[in-house]
Amino acid sequence: MSDEAREAVGDYRFGFHDPENATIRFDKGLSEQVVRDISELKNEPEWMTEIRVKAYHHFVEREMPDWGNCGELNNIDFDNVTYFLRSSDATERDWDDVPEDIKRTFDRLGIPEAEQKYLGGVTAQYESEAVYHSIREDLEAQGVLFLDMDSGLREHPEIIKKHFGTVIPYSDNKFSALNTAVWSGGSFIYVPKGVHVEMPVQAYFRINAQNMGQFERTLIIADEGSSIHYVEGCTAPTYSTDSLHSAVVELIAMKGAKIRYSTIQNWSANVYNLVTKRGVAYEDATVEWVDGNIGSKLTMKYPAVLLKGEGAHAEVISVAYAGAGQHQDAGAKVHHLAPRTTSNILSKSISKNGGRSSYRGMLQVSPKADGCRSKVVCDALMLDSESRSDTYPTMEVGNSTADLEHEASVSKVSGDQLFYLMSRGFSEDEAMGLIVNGFFEPFTRELPMEYAVELNKLLELEMEGSIG
Amino acid sequence: MNMAEEILRVENLHVKVEDTPILHGLSLTVNRGEKHVIMGRNGAGKSTLASVIMGHPAYEITEGEVFFMGRPLDELDVFERARAGIFLSFQYPAVIPGVQVGTFLKKSVQSVRQEAVKARAFRQELNAAMDTLDMQKSVLSRYVNDGFSGGEKKRLEILQMLLLKPNLALLDETDSGLDIDALRIVAKGINQIAPDAGCLIITHYQRLLDHVKPDFVHVMIDGQLVMSGGPELALKLEEQGYDWLDATEVEA
Repeated sequence: MSDEAREAVGDYRFGFHDPENATIRFDKGLSEQVVRDISELKNEPEWMTEIRVKAYHHFVEREMPDWGNCGELNNIDFDNVTYFLRSSDATERDWDDVPEDIKRTFDRLGIPEAEQKYLGGVTAQYESEAVYHSIREDLEAQGVLFLDMDSGLREHPEIIKKHFGTVIPYSDNKFSALNTAVWSGGSFIYVPKGVHVEMPVQAYFRINAQNMGQFERTLIIADEGSSIHYVEGCTAPTYSTDSLHSAVVELIAMKGAKIRYSTIQNWSANVYNLVTKRGVAYEDATVEWVDGNIGSKLTMKYPAVLLKGEGAHAEVISVAYAGAGQHQDAGAKVHHLAPRTTSNILSKSISKNGGRSSYRGMLQVSPKADGCRSKVVCDALMLDSESRSDTYPTMEVGNSTADLEHEASVSKVSGDQLFYLMSRGFSEDEAMGLIVNGFFEPFTRELPMEYAVELNKLLELEMEGSIG
Repeated sequence: MNMAEEILRVENLHVKVEDTPILHGLSLTVNRGEKHVIMGRNGAGKSTLASVIMGHPAYEITEGEVFFMGRPLDELDVFERARAGIFLSFQYPAVIPGVQVGTFLKKSVQSVRQEAVKARAFRQELNAAMDTLDMQKSVLSRYVNDGFSGGEKKRLEILQMLLLKPNLALLDETDSGLDIDALRIVAKGINQIAPDAGCLIITHYQRLLDHVKPDFVHVMIDGQLVMSGGPELALKLEEQGYDWLDATEVEA
């Protein structure tokens, strides 16, 4: 890594990279032919090829959005992105069969170890496709489907055809169009009626190559009265040129079902992270997004929930950490479309060393949604005066019976807190780390313990050597 | 008895905060095993003295020097002073939201001792200290000082002092706002560490001294120690206030 790159990204712990051993690598740049080639390579049914091509044309024609910090998106050189890269010819069920160099990467990320200890299933995606996939036998026996998306399409095309793009159509935004055109990998999950998946299942997304674009596509369907907790982690090496991560995640929670989707995205500071995430909750169903954004150059991500059935509930808990040169533009959108639906939004952000974090929220209550309740809390913590924090809440309330609360706060670390902690033996960096971990605690306590510990460590590292 | 071991030596200390001078040539020596009490009116500079010894960045030493176990303190940052064995029980301890007391205590002990502490050994140590102070275990899962009553905060300060086993304990109005039971418990904590430490106790009231027997009582007025004596001096101040001292000072 060049000194310049190091300066730009700090000490990003996952910044290592492996030599590329691609079995198939597409030339850089995007065209209809590239889109068709990806589809053909994967032997996809024709309807999928057609959706891809339509989405491609929509992507080309669609203007770049111009709100917020979208001007930054014009710096993405779409011709300098590799849209498809296959690193392994198969998706293995045994880590020993995964190519050695790739396995080593996931070892360093702690995935196989975590799988043994506390996960119900794992997908590990490297560049464009899954290299490893497994699910516990007992879940499989109960009819739970957990596959990488490519295998899902091959083995269960009827389910995917029925739901793909129903929550997030390709025309939703420019990047959902791009994802639909070139998607590869991601997870497909179906939980049958009444089945509760007790242990979380995890997908880990790793970008290794330079100028790589990763476009995973995830679809999770929880049938009536079922529940699942899906956990996603992401890292990439540190390069001086940019990579692009543009995922689409669709969740469908049928009557009485519950889906929790937890993310810790820890991209290196050269990644544009532009993700569309949206869930639908039918009657008495719950969709929960637990979304942590540490890293990346620019993240734009607003996990959304459409509360379509009476009594449905949405929970969006997010944290964002913006360091030097980073902009976290994150938030939540909840649409109350049915009576007596409820939602909680908690957003916490930290800005440091000139980093910028923005909360962008949308809360909508439709006229027929009687008796809705919603609470939105946004807290920002600034670690120095050069950093920036903004809040852009939008509310569209079409029903006067709605009970809505909104609280926002911006605070700074106080000298009294620092002095107190330092008088207890903590260096200034350690004191900052404690304060930051404490600030994020309402988020971390929602994570499985192993992730909470990992996140706290990460934040402590972010505080190191940065002060004074 | 062994020869006195010097813990703290303050020499002709002048301190200002922003442009306001607060301490005007204060001198004081505290040896190991000694309990010194500083009394005085609000604004006399008592808390400033404690904060300066701990290293609060807002205070500037304009003249004089402070030595801790023979070493000039100005070369040490706040956390290095803590690691060297200086402890300040705060008059107004800071709230650290989201950080659990149990985690905080363990990390603090590790930071001060600069070594990993074994979970089991630490738990035993912690239990013993909490028993001494009659504290509920439920406090460990609360956030540091968050929503604590005045008495709970002071008790947590004393708990930290017992765990950190300082060479020098600075107690800044630890007794104020405590009911009689809490006062007795705080005194118990102070008496426990006192034989092995130098204690500098800042207080307004004589009542703590019913439970903690001082070796020296000093009176601070306008940033100077104007009189020193034994426990009887505290009793006299309790009865007569500080006005007679002002007169003495004018005469002097």
